Amino acid sequence: MDTTEISVISMAARRKEEIVEKLFFLCAVLSVFATIGIVIVLLVESLGFFQEVSFVEFLTGKKWSPLLTPQSFGVLPLINGTLIITLGAALVALPLGLASALYMSEYADPRIRRITKPLLEILAGIPTVVYGYFALTFITPNIIKHLYPAANYFNAASASIVVGIMILPMVASLSEDAMRAVPNSLREGAYALGATRLEVSTRVVLPAALSGVLASFILALSRAIGETMAVTIAAGMTPKLTLNPFESIQTMTAYIVQVSLGDTPSGSIEYQSIFAVGLVLFAMTLLMNMASYQIRKRFREVYE
Amino acid sequence: MKKGLTNRQLKGRVFELVCLGSMMAALAVLTVLLWDVWTDGHAWLDLQFLDSFPSRFPEKAGIKSAIWGTFWLMIMTALISVPLGVGAAIYLQEYARKTTLTRIIETNISNLAGVPSIVYGILGLALFVRAMDLERSLISGALTMSLLILPIIIISSQEAILAVPSSIREASYAIGATKWQTIRYHVLPDALPGILTGNILALSRAIGETAPLIMIGALTFIAFTPSSPRDPFTVLPIQIFNWISRPQEEFHFLAAAGIVVLLVFLLTMNAAAILLRNRYQKNLKW
Amino acid sequence: MAPDSTIDVRNLNAYYGSNHALKDINMTIKKNRVTAIIGPSGCGKSTLIRCFNRMNDFIDNFRLEGEILINGVNIYRANPVELRKRVGMVFQKPNPFPKSIYENIAYGPRIHGVRDKSRLDSIVEESLKEASLWEEVSHRLNDNALSLSGGQQQRLCIARALAVDPEIILFDEPCSALDPLATVKIEDLITELKKSYTVVIVTHNMQQAARVSDYTAFLYLGELIEYDTTKKLFEKPDRELTENYITGRFG
Repeated sequence: MDTTEISVISMAARRKEEIVEKLFFLCAVLSVFATIGIVIVLLVESLGFFQEVSFVEFLTGKKWSPLLTPQSFGVLPLINGTLIITLGAALVALPLGLASALYMSEYADPRIRRITKPLLEILAGIPTVVYGYFALTFITPNIIKHLYPAANYFNAASASIVVGIMILPMVASLSEDAMRAVPNSLREGAYALGATRLEVSTRVVLPAALSGVLASFILALSRAIGETMAVTIAAGMTPKLTLNPFESIQTMTAYIVQVSLGDTPSGSIEYQSIFAVGLVLFAMTLLMNMASYQIRKRFREVYE
Repeated sequence: MKKGLTNRQLKGRVFELVCLGSMMAALAVLTVLLWDVWTDGHAWLDLQFLDSFPSRFPEKAGIKSAIWGTFWLMIMTALISVPLGVGAAIYLQEYARKTTLTRIIETNISNLAGVPSIVYGILGLALFVRAMDLERSLISGALTMSLLILPIIIISSQEAILAVPSSIREASYAIGATKWQTIRYHVLPDALPGILTGNILALSRAIGETAPLIMIGALTFIAFTPSSPRDPFTVLPIQIFNWISRPQEEFHFLAAAGIVVLLVFLLTMNAAAILLRNRYQKNLKW
Repeated sequence: MAPDSTIDVRNLNAYYGSNHALKDINMTIKKNRVTAIIGPSGCGKSTLIRCFNRMNDFIDNFRLEGEILINGVNIYRANPVELRKRVGMVFQKPNPFPKSIYENIAYGPRIHGVRDKSRLDSIVEESLKEASLWEEVSHRLNDNALSLSGGQQQRLCIARALAVDPEIILFDEPCSALDPLATVKIEDLITELKKSYTVVIVTHNMQQAARVSDYTAFLYLGELIEYDTTKKLFEKPDRELTENYITGRFG
C-alpha cells in the first residue's frame, strides 16, 4: 500500500455518503417542524380569537355558547366535560389495567401471556368511532338505562366507560413492561424470606415498578383527554358545568368536531374558537406527556 | 409446619383471581363489542352494500366510495410517511451523535406521539386545506395522516434498527464498507421485518382515524370514487360516523355493517403484522 | 523507519472521555510476522488494536493523540474506508452476517467494485481455502452462515476478511468464544497466514501468545511495559512486572 493508494478518496463516493446522511437528517428534523407548525397554527389563530374575547373571560367564564346569540366563550364547561370523561375513564382503566398487568407479569403462564397480550392490543387498535357506536347502541340502552333509567340518551357515563376500555390496554401493557423490568433477583430475595406471591407483587414488584406504572397512568389519561370520536358520538353536544355523569355534556374535542361539521367561514370567531380550545387541549396533553416521559426516563436509569 | 393453606396464602389466591378477573373483563368487553356489531350489521352486509354509493335510502346505501377513499388514503399516506419515518429513524439510530439537537428531536418525537389526533386535524385544516390551498382533498388527508403516524413509524423503526446487533455493523465496517453500504446491505435488511411490523400497525391506526379527517372536511356526501389526489373523498370511519349520527335505526345497522368491514380490514393488517413479528423472532437469532 | 516494518505507533495516547486508556505507546510492528498483545483485562489491548483500523471512530467520546503510520502513511489522515480494506479484522465473537456462506465472503469484494460473477466465485473459493474451510463447506455455499459451528463461523469471518485482499489482519481475542479443538485450528491458520500477511493478535491467553507469535507486547494499565521477541519476553523478561504476569502471579 503506497501513499497515493491509501489517501485516494473517491470524491463521488464521499459525496454520496454525505448526501444520504443529509437526506436522513432532513427526515428527522421534519418532526420538529411538525411541532413548530402545530404551535404556530394554534397560537396565531388563537390570537385573533383573544382580540375578541378576553383571556380571563375565556378561562374563567362559566358559559359556553358560541353558536347562539348572545355568544359566550367561557371554556370551563368544556373543560368540565373533558374532566368528567377522563375521571370516569380512569375509574375503569386504572384498576383494571393495573390488575391485568400484575396478572400478566406475576401470575400468568407465558403461553397465556402470549395470547392475552395481542388480544389486548386488538382492543387498543379498535377505531374510536367503533367505541362510540358501542357506547351509544349497547352500553347506554343495555347498561346505563338499567342502572339509572332517567339517564339521557347522550350521557357522560357511557362515553367514559368506553374511553376507559380504550385506554386500558395502554395501562396494562406499559405497566407490565415496567414490572417485567424489575430484576428477578428482587423477587427471589423476597420469596426466600417466605413471602407469598401477593406480598411479592404488592410490596416488592409494585414499588419497584412504581414510576413506570405512574407514567403509564399519566399517558393513558392524556389519551383520554384527547379522545374525540367516542365522546362526540355518545356524550352529547351540550356544554355544561355538572358532575352528573348521566347528563349530556360536551368535551373540548367534541366542540372542535361540532364546529368543523358545520361550514364556518375561516376568520369568523367560531372558526377561531376551535384553535383557542385546541390550544388548551394541546397544552394539557403536552404537559402530561412530558411528565410521563420524564418519569419513564428516570425509571430507565434505575435498571440500566 | 402447618399443612394446607395459611391465611396469607388464601389472601394471595383471592388476589390472583381478582387480577385474572380484571383481565378477563377487558377481554369480555372485546367479545361483547364484536358480537354486538356483528348481530346489528351482518344482515346488511352483502355485495350490493359493498358496491353502492351512499344514499338517502338505507336499503340502497353502500360503502363503495368509502372503501376506495380508505384504499387511496392509505396508499398515499404510506408513500409519504414510510420513507420519511424510516429515514428519520435511520438518522437517529445510525448517524446522530448524542448532541443537544438529537436530544431535542427525540424528546420532540416522543411528545408528538402523544398529541391528540384532533390537534393534527386542526393543523391539517389550517396548513394544508387553507394555507396551502389544497382544499378538502385526498392529498390534504394523506398529508395530515402522515404527520399523525410519523412519530409512531419513527419510534417503531428505531426499535427495529436498535435490535440489529452492533457486531454486524462492526463486521461490515471492518471489511471497509462505508456507513451507507453497511446500512443498506446489513442494518436495513436485518431490521426490515421489525420495520414492516411497526409500519403496518401505524397505517392501521391511520385507517381507523376519524377526527382529523372530519377537521379537514372529509365529511361530505361523496357519490363517486376519487380519481386524482385533488379530489374530495370519504373514508370508512367517516361514513360510519355519518350513519351513526342519523336518528333512524336502519342507518345504525348500516353503520354496524360498515364497522364489520372496517374491523376485517384492521384485523387482517394486525394479523399480518403479528405473523411477521413471530416469523422474525423465530428466524433471526444471533 | 525500518524497511521491514508495517505499523508504526508514535506517542499514542487514547481517551474515553476523561479515562486515559492508552498512555504514550511507541511500537513498531514487523511485516509478515505475528505480533501478540497480551495483558490483563482492561489494560487497553483491545483499544490499541482497534486503533489500527480505526474501529474506535464509532465510539462517541473517544479521542486520540499521536500518530499511527502504516507503510509510512498516517492512518488518521487517510480515508478510514480505504484503510479498513487494507487492514482486516476478526472479532472476539464470530459475527457472520445472517446470510449465505457465499454472500458473507462475496460482500466485501462486491462493495469494492467486483461485479463479475466468475471472478467473485473464484475469490470465494480462494478465501475459503486460505481459511481452511473450503473442504467443509464447498458443497453448501448457499446455506445460512449461522448454521455453521462456532469454530467454522470464526474461520468464515477470517475468510471474509481475506476476501478483500488485506495486507494486515487484526485478531481481537479470536478464540475466546471457541472450544479447544476449534482454537487449535485457528492457531494453525494464523501461523499459516503470516506467510502472506502481517498479523496482530490480542489475547488474554499467554500460552496462545507463546504458541503463535513471533513478537509479544505486554500492556498494563494502558502502558506498554515490554515489547520484544516472544522467546525473549517469555524466557528472560527485562521487567519484573512482565515476569510476574507471565508466571501467573496476577492477572
